[in-house]
Amino acid sequence: MVGGGGVGGGLLENANPLIYQRSGERPVTAGEEDEQVPDSIDAREIFDLIRSINDPEHPLTLEELNVVEQVRVQVSDPESTVAVAFTPTIPHCSMATLIGLSIKVKLLRSLPQRFKAPVISLPDGRAHYPRDPRLRACSEQATCR
Amino acid sequence: MAAAAAVEAAAPTDALWGLVHDFVMGQQEGPADQVAADVKSGNYTVLQVVEALGSFLENPEPRTRARGIQLLSQVLLQCHSLLLEKEVVHLILFYENRLKDHHLVIPSVLQGLKALSLCVALPPGLAVSVLKAIFQEVHVQSLPQVDRHTVYNIITNFMRTREEELKGLGADFTFGFIQVMDGEKDPRNLLVAFRIVHDLISRDYSLGPFVEELFEVTSCYFPIDFTPPPNDPYGIQREDLILSLRSVLASTPRFAEFLLPLLIEKVDSEILSAKLDSLQTLNACCAVYGQKELKDFLPSLWASIRREVFQTASERVEAEGLAALHSLTVCLSRSVLSADAEDLLDSFLSNILQDCRHHLCEPDMKLVWPSAKLLQAAAGASARACDYITSNILPLLLEQFHKHSQSSQRRTILEMLLGFLKLQQKWSYEDKDQRPVNGFKDQLCSLVFMALTGPSTQLQLVGIHTLTVLGAQPDLLSSEDLELAVGHLYRLSFLEEDFQSCRVAALEASGTLAALYPVAFSSHLVPKLTEELRVGESDLTRGDGPTQCSRHLCCLQALSAISTHPSIVRETLPLLLQHLCQVNKEKEPSVLRKVLLEDEVLAAMASVIGTATTHLSPELAAQSVTHIVSLFLDGNVSFLPENSFPSRFQPFQDGSSGQRRLVVLLMAFVCSLPRNVEIPQLNQLMRELLELSCCHSCPFSSTAAAKCFAGLLNKHPAGQQLDEFLQLAVDKVEAGLGSGPCRSQAFTLLLWVTKALVLRYHPLSSCLTTRLMGLLSDPELGPAAADGFSLLMSDCTDVLTRAGHAEVRIMFRQRFFTDNVPALVQGFHAAPQDVKPNYLKGLSHVLNRLPKPVLLPELPTLLSLLLEALSCPDCVVQLSTLSCLQPLLLEAPQVMSLHVDTLVTKFLNLSSSPSMAVRIAALQCMHALTRLPTPVLLPYKPQVIRALAKPLDDKKRLVRKEAVSARGEWFLLGSPGS
Repeated sequence: MVGGGGVGGGLLENANPLIYQRSGERPVTAGEEDEQVPDSIDAREIFDLIRSINDPEHPLTLEELNVVEQVRVQVSDPESTVAVAFTPTIPHCSMATLIGLSIKVKLLRSLPQRFKAPVISLPDGRAHYPRDPRLRACSEQATCR
Repeated sequence: MAAAAAVEAAAPTDALWGLVHDFVMGQQEGPADQVAADVKSGNYTVLQVVEALGSFLENPEPRTRARGIQLLSQVLLQCHSLLLEKEVVHLILFYENRLKDHHLVIPSVLQGLKALSLCVALPPGLAVSVLKAIFQEVHVQSLPQVDRHTVYNIITNFMRTREEELKGLGADFTFGFIQVMDGEKDPRNLLVAFRIVHDLISRDYSLGPFVEELFEVTSCYFPIDFTPPPNDPYGIQREDLILSLRSVLASTPRFAEFLLPLLIEKVDSEILSAKLDSLQTLNACCAVYGQKELKDFLPSLWASIRREVFQTASERVEAEGLAALHSLTVCLSRSVLSADAEDLLDSFLSNILQDCRHHLCEPDMKLVWPSAKLLQAAAGASARACDYITSNILPLLLEQFHKHSQSSQRRTILEMLLGFLKLQQKWSYEDKDQRPVNGFKDQLCSLVFMALTGPSTQLQLVGIHTLTVLGAQPDLLSSEDLELAVGHLYRLSFLEEDFQSCRVAALEASGTLAALYPVAFSSHLVPKLTEELRVGESDLTRGDGPTQCSRHLCCLQALSAISTHPSIVRETLPLLLQHLCQVNKEKEPSVLRKVLLEDEVLAAMASVIGTATTHLSPELAAQSVTHIVSLFLDGNVSFLPENSFPSRFQPFQDGSSGQRRLVVLLMAFVCSLPRNVEIPQLNQLMRELLELSCCHSCPFSSTAAAKCFAGLLNKHPAGQQLDEFLQLAVDKVEAGLGSGPCRSQAFTLLLWVTKALVLRYHPLSSCLTTRLMGLLSDPELGPAAADGFSLLMSDCTDVLTRAGHAEVRIMFRQRFFTDNVPALVQGFHAAPQDVKPNYLKGLSHVLNRLPKPVLLPELPTLLSLLLEALSCPDCVVQLSTLSCLQPLLLEAPQVMSLHVDTLVTKFLNLSSSPSMAVRIAALQCMHALTRLPTPVLLPYKPQVIRALAKPLDDKKRLVRKEAVSARGEWFLLGSPGS
C-alpha cells in the first residue's frame, strides 16, 4: 500500500485518535454485472481507491481516521477532473505532507490517464504543495503513472 | 580330527586378520562392514576381533591407533546386542582409558562408547563411570559437530535406560551436562540438547544449586534467531528450535524468577519476532506457574501487554498479547490460596479495570476496542474473573449507553456489551441466582428494546444479536420480556427492502429463540402471523399492489423461520398447507397440481426424500422399498392413506407426463438407500428406467430416469446381472446415438452411466469415457460432451453421493486425470480446427476440478496446451483456462516463470476481451503474475504498467477494480520492502 509503514517505537503525535466507521465493500449492482451498461467513475469509486491507504502513524486507514471522506471527493467523468480534500487528524500534523502525497500517487496510478492532474488539497482550500523539495519532486514525477 | 578343526579355525582367523589389516593400514572402508557382518552371523566373536586388532590398538602412531579403534567401534555399533556382560566391562574400561588419548583418537572412542551405551548388558555403575569420564576428560565444545552430537547421544541413551543410576550422581550430572552444552551453536545439536534439558527437568533430576546456570545455558538462545540456509539437507526450521527451547523454558516454575524479567525485556524490544516469541512463551509458562511465581512481575507484565495491545501495528502481536493476558488470568484464578494470603487475582483485575475503564467511556476513540478486548480476554479466563469484570463493567456500559445519544456511539457500546454477555455463556452457573447478569436483566432488556426501536439499522442489528444472547441464558428472561421481544421480532420481520440485513437477522434470531421458547412464540407470534396471512389472502385475491405482495412473502418467511421446534411446526405446517390450497382455489383448481410438478418444487422434494432415506432404519427401508417400487411399477397405491385417486398411477407406461415427472422422487428414494437393501423387481425397474431415459417427450423425466439408472448401477454388486444391465445400457446408448430424435437423451444416459462407473473404478468406464471423448468431435453433441466432463469430475448433490451410500472411490479424479488426459491431448492435436475448442473445454474442466498438488507435477507437459487454450476464441474455454492458471501462478511460480513472456502477452490480450468475466479473470491473472520471482518480471514492468493503463478506463467498474489492484501490485515490484 502506498504510504504504509509505521514510525517505529517513538512517541505517537496522537496516540488515541477518534475512530470512524468503515464503509463496507461497495455492493455490486445488477447494472454493474450487465456487460452492456457503462459505469461512470463516481465519487464512491475514487473514495474506494484512497480509503484503504494506511495512516503513516497508526495501523488504521485514512477512512477510519476520517482523514478522507466521500463527500469531499469531487469528480467529473466526462470532464476528466478529480479533486480530493483531506483533513489531518490534528491541525499542523507533520504527516499531512506524506498523506497528501500518498493520496496523489495512489490516484495517479489508479485513474485513467485522461484524468490529468488530481487536485489534492487541505480543507481550508490551500492547495497541497509539499514544502520538502524531495517530496515535491516525487509528486510531480512522471514515473508515478 | 582335532588338527583339522584347528586348521579350519585358523583359516577364518587369518581372513579376519587380512580384513583388519586392509582397514587399518590399507585405509579401505569396506572391510569394517564385512567384519561386522561376520560377527553378527557368528563367524567371529568380538574377542577375536580385538585379538586380531591386537597391536593396532596400542600402536604408537595416533593415526593408526585411531583407525584401529574406529574399526572396533564400527563393529560394536552394529553388534552391541551380542555383547556379554564381561566383555562390556572390559570394553568400557578400555574406552574410558582411551578418552585420555590423543585428540585424533577421541572421535572413534566416542563412537565406541555410543555403541556401548546402547548395550543392554551394561552392568550397573558403568553408565555413571562413563559419563564421569567424559565430563572429566573431554572438552566437548572443542570437538567437531558430529562428535558433539555423539556425546549428546550417549547422554540421551543413558538417560533413557539408566535413569535411576544417573539420578544417583545428584546435581553433578546436571553440572556436567551444563558444561557439555555451554557454547553449543549448531541447530542440530541444540535440538538434542534442549530435549535433554527438558528431560532433566521433567523427569525430576536433581538440579541442586545449578538452576540459574541451567537457565543461563539455555536462555542465552532466547529469542531464537535462525534462518535455515538454502537447500538445507537437515530441514531444521526456525519454528522447531523455538518450540523446543520454549518447552525447556516453560517446563518449570523454578525458572520463573529468571525468565519473567527476560520475557518482559524482550516484549519491550523493537523486534516483532521477539515480541511474539516472548508472549507465546509467557502463555506457555502460565500452564505451570502459580501465583507465587507471578506475584512480583504482574505489574510489569500487565504494563507490557497493555502497551502492545494499545499501540501495536501488528494484529498478531495484539492477538498474542490478549492470549497471554488470558492465560495469566487463568493461572491466577487457578491457584488455591491459603486462608491468610491475599488474592492476587482481585488486585490484578482491578488494575486492568482501572487502566481500561475510562477508555470505554469514549466510544469514538481508537483505544475503546483494545480496552474492551483486554477486559474480555481477562473475563474469559474463569468464572471468578468473569464475575468480577462483568459486575464492574455492565453498570458502566449501561450508564454510558444512556449518556451517549448518537447511534454510532451507542452501537459501539452495545457491541462491547454483547461481547461481555457472550462470555457469560462460557460458565454454567449451578445456582442461577448468583449469575452477575441477573441484577441487570431489566436494564439490559430495556436497553435492547431501545436499540431495536432506534433509527439506525446498525444499532438494530447489534440489538438483535444481543437479544439472542440474552435469550440463550437459561431462565433469564421473564415471560413479559419474551412477549415484548416477540413483538419486536414480529415488527422487524416485516421491514422493507432497504433494511434487508435487519430483517434477515430478525428471522435468524426468531429461529434460534423459537427453539428455546416455543410456548412464547406459539402463543404470541403464530396467531399474529396467522392473522397476517389471512389478511394477505384476501388482499391477494383483490390483486393489490406489490407492497401487499412483499408483506405476504415476509409473513411466509417468518413462519418458516420460526419452525425450529416440533411443537411450533405442528402449528405452522397445517397453516401453510391450508394457505397453499386457499391461494390456489381462488385461481384454477388445477394450479396446485401444476405448482407441485414444477422442476424446482420436485427438486426440493427430492432432496428431502433423499436425505430422509439415507437415515432410514434397515427394517423401515426394506418395507418402504417394496411399497414404493410396486407403486411405480404396478401402480399399487394401496399403502397410501387416502387412496382415492381419480386415475391410475402408471408413470412408466402411458401415464401422463405429470406422472412421469414423479420418477425424480423414485430416484431420490432408491438412489439413497443403503447398499445392502435389496430392491424388488430390479430387473424390470432397470429396463423401465432405461426405456424412459431415452424417451424424448420430456427432458426432465428422461434425465431423472438416466440418473436413477446410474445411481442403481453404481451400487449394484459386480457380477453377471450388472454386466447384463451394462450391456442393455450400452445397446440403448448406441441405438440412440446413431441418429434420430433422441440423440441428446442417449448422450445424457451415456454421461450418467459413465459417471456411475468412473466413481467405482469399473473396468468398463474407460471404454465409455473413450466413447464420450469420441463425441467431442461430433458437430451436434460436441459442446455438450465438453461440458459433460465437468459433470464427470464434480460432486453431485442428489444421486451418486457418498452420503447416499454410493460407491465413490476417493481418488477417482486423479485416476480419471491420469487415464484420460493423454488421450484428450492427443485428440486435441488430431482434431480438425473447428472442434478443437471442445477438447480444450473438456480438458480445462478436468484440470479445474483436480486437486492442485496432483496437477503441479503434470504442469510442464500440459502448460503448452493451456497456453494454446488462451488463444482459443471460446469465452468459456478462456475463462476456465484462466481460472485454472491463476492458482497455479500462486502455487507454482517457479514453473510458470519459464513462460512469463507468453503469459504476459496473452493475459494482456485477454484483458481487452469483449466478455467482462474474461477481462476480470485476465486481470486477476495479471495480479497473480506478480508472485513470480521479481527478477523474471522486472523486464516487463514498464510494458505491463503502460498496458494496464488501458483497462483502468474500462467501461465496467468491476474490471477497473481488478485493473487498479493488478497495476498497483506491478508498481510495487522491486521496490524496497516488497
